[in-house]
Amino acid sequence: MPAPDRATLARREDIVARLRAVVSGEGVIADAHALAAYECDGLTAYRAMPLAVVLPSTTAEVGRVLTACRELGVKVVPRGAGTSLSGGALPLEDGVVLGLGKFNRILDIDLDNRCVVAQPGVANLAITQAVEHAGFYYAPDPSSQIACSIGGNVAENSGGVHCLKYGVTTNNLLGLEVVLMTGEVLRLGGKHFDADGYDLLGLLTGSEGLLGVITEVTVRILRKPDTARALLLGFPSSEAAGRCVAEVIAAGIIPGGMEMMDNPAIRAAEDFAGAGYPREAGALLIVELDGAAVEVDHLTRRVEAIARDCGVTELRVSASEEERLKFWSGRKSAFPAVGRISPDYFCMDGTIPRKQLSKVLARMQELSSEYGLRVANVFHAGDGNLHPLILYDANVPGELDRAERFGADILKLCVEVGGVLTGEHGVGVEKRDLMGTMFTEIDLQQQQRVKCAFDPDGLLNPGKVFPVLHRCAELGRVHVHRGAMRFPDLPRF
Amino acid sequence: MTGRLRPADAAELREIVRAALEDDEPLEIVSGATKRGLGRPPQGTPLDLARLEGLVSYEPEELILRARAATPMVAIESWLKQAGQNLAFEPPDLGPFYDLPAGRQTIGGVIATNLSGPRRIKAGAARDHFLGFSAVNGRGEDFKAGGHVVKNVTGYDLCKLLAGSYGTLAILTEVTLKALPAPEDVRTLALAGLSASDAVRAMGRAFASPFDTSAAAHVPANLAARLGGLAGQSWTFVRFEGPEQALRAATDEVARDLAAYGAAEILDAAASAAPWRAVRDIVPLFPADGSCVWRASVPPARAAEAVAAITARLGVEWYLDWAGGRIWLRVLDEGADGGAEIVRGAVGAFGGHAVLMRASDAVRLKTAPLNPGSAGALALSRRIKQSFDPKALFNRGRMYDGV
Repeated sequence: MPAPDRATLARREDIVARLRAVVSGEGVIADAHALAAYECDGLTAYRAMPLAVVLPSTTAEVGRVLTACRELGVKVVPRGAGTSLSGGALPLEDGVVLGLGKFNRILDIDLDNRCVVAQPGVANLAITQAVEHAGFYYAPDPSSQIACSIGGNVAENSGGVHCLKYGVTTNNLLGLEVVLMTGEVLRLGGKHFDADGYDLLGLLTGSEGLLGVITEVTVRILRKPDTARALLLGFPSSEAAGRCVAEVIAAGIIPGGMEMMDNPAIRAAEDFAGAGYPREAGALLIVELDGAAVEVDHLTRRVEAIARDCGVTELRVSASEEERLKFWSGRKSAFPAVGRISPDYFCMDGTIPRKQLSKVLARMQELSSEYGLRVANVFHAGDGNLHPLILYDANVPGELDRAERFGADILKLCVEVGGVLTGEHGVGVEKRDLMGTMFTEIDLQQQQRVKCAFDPDGLLNPGKVFPVLHRCAELGRVHVHRGAMRFPDLPRF
Repeated sequence: MTGRLRPADAAELREIVRAALEDDEPLEIVSGATKRGLGRPPQGTPLDLARLEGLVSYEPEELILRARAATPMVAIESWLKQAGQNLAFEPPDLGPFYDLPAGRQTIGGVIATNLSGPRRIKAGAARDHFLGFSAVNGRGEDFKAGGHVVKNVTGYDLCKLLAGSYGTLAILTEVTLKALPAPEDVRTLALAGLSASDAVRAMGRAFASPFDTSAAAHVPANLAARLGGLAGQSWTFVRFEGPEQALRAATDEVARDLAAYGAAEILDAAASAAPWRAVRDIVPLFPADGSCVWRASVPPARAAEAVAAITARLGVEWYLDWAGGRIWLRVLDEGADGGAEIVRGAVGAFGGHAVLMRASDAVRLKTAPLNPGSAGALALSRRIKQSFDPKALFNRGRMYDGV
């Protein structure tokens, strides 16, 4: 992260006093003990003590906090539930953490228009819980959905196991209220589709807290399918499982969920959850089919046939809701399961073209031996989103460093085979320095110019996403660099 | 620069933009030139991208299609069809609506205007299927964003920003799209004679059913004759897509659930095609006589109220798509502003907005076809325009004055 500005650190008391004038009482935290709770997010390998934490409870207060920080020249790090796996909410020592935890109410449940209006601090799962009595649910379901906030989901454009069929956050979002660093409040979209003008709603989604602070979210809700059934499919190898995934999609079937685990992940999950996974299988697929009962029956038969053609060695179809949840229990507890067999782990996140899967897994095994660190893989197989879990022990000197380098090599590999650095966790600080493997300097400058349109002083969450920070004035200069040719012969009609 | 510019490749395009930058010469970005009637009237030297066409790669099992930006939609649709896939947002062909031939539009134009058809309510808009691009910005620089995989959150989602930007930010040279399996089969449940408010309730009920409802539209009696073979009364359509067995269950059960609204007719795939194509391509509001046509977005359950508020003050023909979420309106007595004040006032009361889709140049200059929104949003839009195109070379003023 950029070195903290000493002058700002020296003004700490003034800054805290100014924030207290804007957000009263316990809305400002400056005590070292209390601040410690905010020193990291879900990416626990990186920590920093913020200058102060401010917890406003209204949009107007957020506006006043941002205005005060802009006038004082103080950086701001927005934070939802603090579950980011890429360090999106990692504090800055010379910056204020703006927590949205007090924005915890659901404001409107509108079943007629099939949408919910919620404050950003509401947990993802709480939205589904608020509408399930009427048979509806909110589709994106990141595995941290009990804890992660809907505002954070918007900031990271979070996905989940059902997003191949139902989309990620951006595809399920109708409206936002957002406060810019200028203190200005914008309302984008609403309960209708597709605002005219530039799609600011789409731009803000996944902007990782660098463009504005979200203070209200309108999401669309869907009718819960009548039937959901899971198939548990064991294969001798990842290649065979990968072929099965490709065949299912080639047959025109988009399952509600399609998850793959490699052998180390199967063993860890089975030992932890006792889900009945075949411990010897080279790879395991969970294919979930949802919809009307007749449709699910029909698709189940087709997927079974495809799996047999691909050499499935273990095939079970859930016969009850209880069994379906049991199939999922191992996959859903893969992270804590790995946490039990290793003191620490990194959860990586990259997307690859699916056809490259076996190449990527093979190379990952080689890297695993080279670095002397174990790796287990869970994989959103339908959309090519890999989550390698790198196992390490932070107490062994050098292991954290090796784990970081191993992770970086995996992500570079994803880009090399035609994929991207992150599928659903965001860039944050974790992948910031790898952005150059995927984007040119011009690509990144164009992105930063967009940032300048929102936050010309670069005060909102600086140090995330972009490896090199440029001043907006410098980025704004127009160089006329005409090429050697002027195309005098260019055909004109 | 005078005349029409037709670069052969991205490198020539870049040089043209650099020359325009030096000469401060605005450019009108065209490929199929079928959407010049949309937005504010075009200005600048025509820059014709027609030669930047062709397939880059298509891998059906990866659900990814990459094509150069001026590739005709008919070509893209035929490649997809061969693999049993489609663009799920059901792009309309508005050529005839603008009094031009059908089949001429390009993928770049569809993306730049974020045009989506009836299935948008289920599957998302053009912007939701636009995964990555290469482009030239107003500095004459090549840049890219997004990726060639279906899931990606690396950097800002500039695809969303470019979709629906009317070519005002950058010139697309290549686009990456999400291709999805086309539905196996189609059935439409058709209810005759419903009022607007009953139709809105019935369509809402259908979307609250557990079946794969993919579209819902309502066409009043006075326009029904333009749907082909259906006349004399209003029609309310609910479309289901999927395997045949599932469709039978869906139409049976939803028809039973909607029995209070009358007996439903079931249209098979062949009979479904014409009405949905008509709804998609604004056929009920033909003829293309230059009269003002509006596209309003409202919370779907409020559509009948919004229509009532407009018809009380303005002579219009109208029909509904997106279960009421989209209202198409043709103004019969347009006055100086094309009905803007009344239409925008009425849908604004429900939190919605309206785009002027077709009007004379005079009305398009006087009435903002796209609503600039609040002063703050307009100022931000100007700063975003400047961040891509600092001298406002591209499609100057197509969206708003100066943008």
